[in-house]
Amino acid sequence: MSVPYAKLPAWVDFGLIPLLNLTVAFLFAGLVVLMAGESPVRAAILMVEGAFGYGEGVGFTLYYATNFIFTGLAVAVAFHCGLFNIGGEGQAYVGGLGVSLACLWLDHLVPWYITFPFAILGAALFGAGWALIPAWLQAKRGSHIVITTIMFNFIASSLMVYLLVETLKPPGSMAPHTRAFAEGGQLPKLDWLLALFGLDIGGAPFNVSFLLALVAAFLVWVLIWRTRLGYEIRTTGASPKAASYAGIPQARIIIITMLISGALAGMMAINPIMGDQHRMQLDFVTGAGFVGIAVALMGRSHPAGIIPAAILFGMLYQGGAEISFEMPNISRDMIVIIQGLVILFAGALENMFRPALTVFFANLSALRSTDRALEAGE
Amino acid sequence: MEFLSTLSVLAESTIRVSVPLILAALAGLFSERSGIFDIGLEGKMLAAAFAGGAAAAVFQSALMGLAAAIAVSVFLALVHAFASITERGNQIVSGVAINFIALGATVILGQAWFEQGGRTPQLEAGSRFQTVELPFVETLSAVPVLGPIYDLLSGHFLLTYFAFLMVPFSWWVLYRTRFGLRLRAVGENPGAVDTAGISVTWLRYRAVICCGILCGFAGAYLSMAMTAGFVKGMTAGKGFIALAALIFAKWKPVNVMFACLLFGFLDALAIRMQGNPLPLIGQVPVQLMQALPYILTVILLAGFIGKAVPPKAGGVPYVKER
Amino acid sequence: MSDIAIELRGIDKSFGSVHANKDIDLTVRRGTIHGIIGENGAGKSTLMSILYGFYQADAGEIVVNDQPVTIKDPNAAIAAGIGMVHQHFMLVENFTVLENVMLGAEDNQVLNRGITRARTELKRLEAEYALDVDPDAIIEELPVGLQQRVEILKALYRGADILILDEPTGVLTPAEADHLFRILAQLKEEGKTIVLITHKLREIMAITDEVSVMRRGEMVATRPTAQTSVEELAELMVGRHVLLRVDKGEAHPGDVKLDVKDLTVIDQRGVTMVDNVSFSVRAGEIVGIAGVAGNGQSELLEAIAGIRKATSGTVMLKGQSINVTGQADAAALRKRGLAHVPEDRHNVGLVLPFEQNENSILGYQDDPAYLSGALLNIDGIRGEAAREIEKYDIRPPNCRLKTANFSGGNQQKIVLAREMERDPDVLIIGQPTRGVDVGAIEFIHRRIIEMRDAGKAILLVSVELDEIRSLADRILVMFAGRIVGERDNTASEGELGLLMAGVEETREAAE
Repeated sequence: MSVPYAKLPAWVDFGLIPLLNLTVAFLFAGLVVLMAGESPVRAAILMVEGAFGYGEGVGFTLYYATNFIFTGLAVAVAFHCGLFNIGGEGQAYVGGLGVSLACLWLDHLVPWYITFPFAILGAALFGAGWALIPAWLQAKRGSHIVITTIMFNFIASSLMVYLLVETLKPPGSMAPHTRAFAEGGQLPKLDWLLALFGLDIGGAPFNVSFLLALVAAFLVWVLIWRTRLGYEIRTTGASPKAASYAGIPQARIIIITMLISGALAGMMAINPIMGDQHRMQLDFVTGAGFVGIAVALMGRSHPAGIIPAAILFGMLYQGGAEISFEMPNISRDMIVIIQGLVILFAGALENMFRPALTVFFANLSALRSTDRALEAGE
Repeated sequence: MEFLSTLSVLAESTIRVSVPLILAALAGLFSERSGIFDIGLEGKMLAAAFAGGAAAAVFQSALMGLAAAIAVSVFLALVHAFASITERGNQIVSGVAINFIALGATVILGQAWFEQGGRTPQLEAGSRFQTVELPFVETLSAVPVLGPIYDLLSGHFLLTYFAFLMVPFSWWVLYRTRFGLRLRAVGENPGAVDTAGISVTWLRYRAVICCGILCGFAGAYLSMAMTAGFVKGMTAGKGFIALAALIFAKWKPVNVMFACLLFGFLDALAIRMQGNPLPLIGQVPVQLMQALPYILTVILLAGFIGKAVPPKAGGVPYVKER
Repeated sequence: MSDIAIELRGIDKSFGSVHANKDIDLTVRRGTIHGIIGENGAGKSTLMSILYGFYQADAGEIVVNDQPVTIKDPNAAIAAGIGMVHQHFMLVENFTVLENVMLGAEDNQVLNRGITRARTELKRLEAEYALDVDPDAIIEELPVGLQQRVEILKALYRGADILILDEPTGVLTPAEADHLFRILAQLKEEGKTIVLITHKLREIMAITDEVSVMRRGEMVATRPTAQTSVEELAELMVGRHVLLRVDKGEAHPGDVKLDVKDLTVIDQRGVTMVDNVSFSVRAGEIVGIAGVAGNGQSELLEAIAGIRKATSGTVMLKGQSINVTGQADAAALRKRGLAHVPEDRHNVGLVLPFEQNENSILGYQDDPAYLSGALLNIDGIRGEAAREIEKYDIRPPNCRLKTANFSGGNQQKIVLAREMERDPDVLIIGQPTRGVDVGAIEFIHRRIIEMRDAGKAILLVSVELDEIRSLADRILVMFAGRIVGERDNTASEGELGLLMAGVEETREAAE
């Protein structure tokens, strides 16, 4: 029997379907919580309370969201060029090196707002640098970027451990982290922003880099949809043959895209290093690079979708920390599962509900036109 | 003499480390040759290792552990198959998702069920795999040249022998059976298979199930043979090294074995060298040793494999042309 | 047993809003060659796909050899004795002929046991039907004509009594096509029933016993071939008198704008696709390159347009050389006044997910008119796109609509509008009306003539000989990568057909 047909309205395409995907992902996550012997509903309530219930919670949520905006943007930019950059984790880690060098150099000499641009530059340069080799290999040798970036994540981990243990830690110290930064290497908190909404930031490290993330999101939008480079990136991603036809130098575009992607991932490092810990320590990235993949998929690679998606995952992180007080078995690793489920349903299974919805809307419009015909007939 | 004994230790070590790689790479071989890319070897192996360790501890039986490992791995493989084949989703995204789901779930469930910080309980002798000695190995080891080789071949886990036997078996399946012919065909031109009256979907599902089964063995080996229990994150990237080996081997079974042995050797070398100065070079930082397999994989991908030709229909969901 | 091999009653099939088959009735008599003719999109392929089990009809019945059958997949079709030779061969390129023939009928789980039987049977079939092919040859090393034989052998090996051939001569030379027809005649003699799908009127007249005409999803008429004519069939196909020729005046060629000398293109397989080709195109003339698809025309166009690297030779554009053997630079060529309408509009000429206005700057994205500072001049781009929509009657007239949502003909107009509105000096066009409906074809042809009359130099490549003969002022015939003949537009189809088949010029001249 033929399937009734109706083109889906835009709000379904961009609103309902992503929402459905997300809901199903959370339902399955709830299943895992059940299997671990806890109540998913209680976990969900705890999570939302922990994330938004009080000022400090909101502060933490937005602090984490800052990380994910950067890494989400990084993955999204690469997606537009048809590239899957899984290396955000490593690029962020190495980006931290750039941030730390800027801070270690300037923190005693100048106030934070002078150090800040240098830190941004350092983060971007080092992050981009870490993406350069996989980018070049993909562009010039056809080596699959997914595998090379995965490898580079592992290499980054080894490299940074070595640097922290052997070079960057202050002499005489046993702990693998740099010395603490002076005021010039510390970013001010956004307590005044939260106060505008009547919220007390408490101890949350919600800081100025959030504003940087918003600016970055805007600039990414401009880049991808309003510049010639963005046009070339999108063309290369959508159709390499058309890109060749249009005279677009694909190898160069691939490399440039990955450099931008790596730079964005690198900038993520500013948040924890300058905004919270005020030093660089082991594994400050804590999986944000991978969350970025989920955020980009959920946000359909568009900044307007990435920001809410990042806040959602920020909520998961902050709420997740709250849950583990009451439910010690549901640790932060729960978020990894949710991340995986979101990637699955918003990524690989994104069109799963489309046929059913198409039938639904077709029947709906058939009913409507019958109604109208009846009315007209009377 | 010292050199020979180092060599034999290295050889033992190489074999031990290569087994999960071989199993996982062969798993990937079946899947990718049928046209379904699989980045999720890591996740399947990890989940299987956890299931194996958990079931073996609970039921006090190695066989139950193995069964559980295979079952879980096949389950995840079916999820990947559903996303890739039925829903025609992006196969790389699906593989990445499965890796994360496995990573998170093994820790959460491990902690919830056993409360040992993400591990499963230490397995007793009866609940895990033991090594097996080949007949007469004691007496034959005195024979020059062949003796030590025989000695080398003896004393491994059953799963080890299984893994190496799977290499010629996979070759035979792929090139000498109807299933293998059709599997290779569907990875090159699914239209040809479809018009010949063969179900592309069912064929690919079977290939992915084979992948799941082999990953199950790989995971079981990790938590029930190589070590006595599951430890959080114990695959540590082996699934990706297996994938790299598969690509390096240009998707051929016998090449896969050699590639995995090579990577296994490098890993064994890294462990051996740790802390000891290398001749001429001096002290090598331990982190470099740890990163070495990954660095070498990148070099291999850059230099020799650059344009290796994957199965033509690889990664592309099959849609009937209109 | 009656003499009816296949009967289709009331077959109806829709894909979404496209009603591909509307209540089709068809009767195919046993032991005949039955042609089905129709334009692109008439529904012939859908109908045959239903018969072969690729799709299930929404309504209707299929009766094969007097038995009603449900054909839910190719297996059922094969079991009913139906075999299909596809337009795009369904062969595994790196398998041998034997492996391809065996696929699906291997006889046994263990291959070795079935192979001997397969080999014997294959040899027998080859001998019986004059379809000689080396069973151990690898498909990708065989020429197209031989690959097609393997397709036929596959069907015969599975015991097909009824053979469906879908546009079989699209990739064959006239000589190979003749050989194919001889094979079909032989098969008919052995009692096989053949259904031939084609859009080529001449083939229908040449070998079919009966012909059915489809138009816009409907079965319009069935005639015994002996009792109809090319004109009647054409009219049935399009539903009105078709101007087989576009009205055009004389050409007034001016300076040479494009000069190709000794151009050679060898592809990655080491095959010489373009072999020392030389010709020139003047302002105000249309040079048409005729030839069967696959004789190097595509590679020639791509080399001139800068999207494929040539091996040797020179090309001069308006007196200045193009670096055809070096790094391809399509963008630079555009700046110098060369526009290119590619053969493959879907994958090359357009980015389907983009909006129409975004596609209207494809290739011209660095034009200062489209940029304001570092940003794209969105208003300017959309304005230009809207202008093109109006001028070229592109429907629906919405420059924000995704290009994938336009019909084939309108997509082609989007590409043409883009390339033509740049006011190029040289325009190279490949397959301008492939997959385009008749109304749009006339529009497109007229625009091309207008460009010529405005003094542009136009190089036209088309596999439709009628299109070449109707538009071109000078006709070059390409065969096996070489220009084997040049004629003016009064040349007859027969003359051109011979050249397209590789009959040497000198030999012809000697007669």
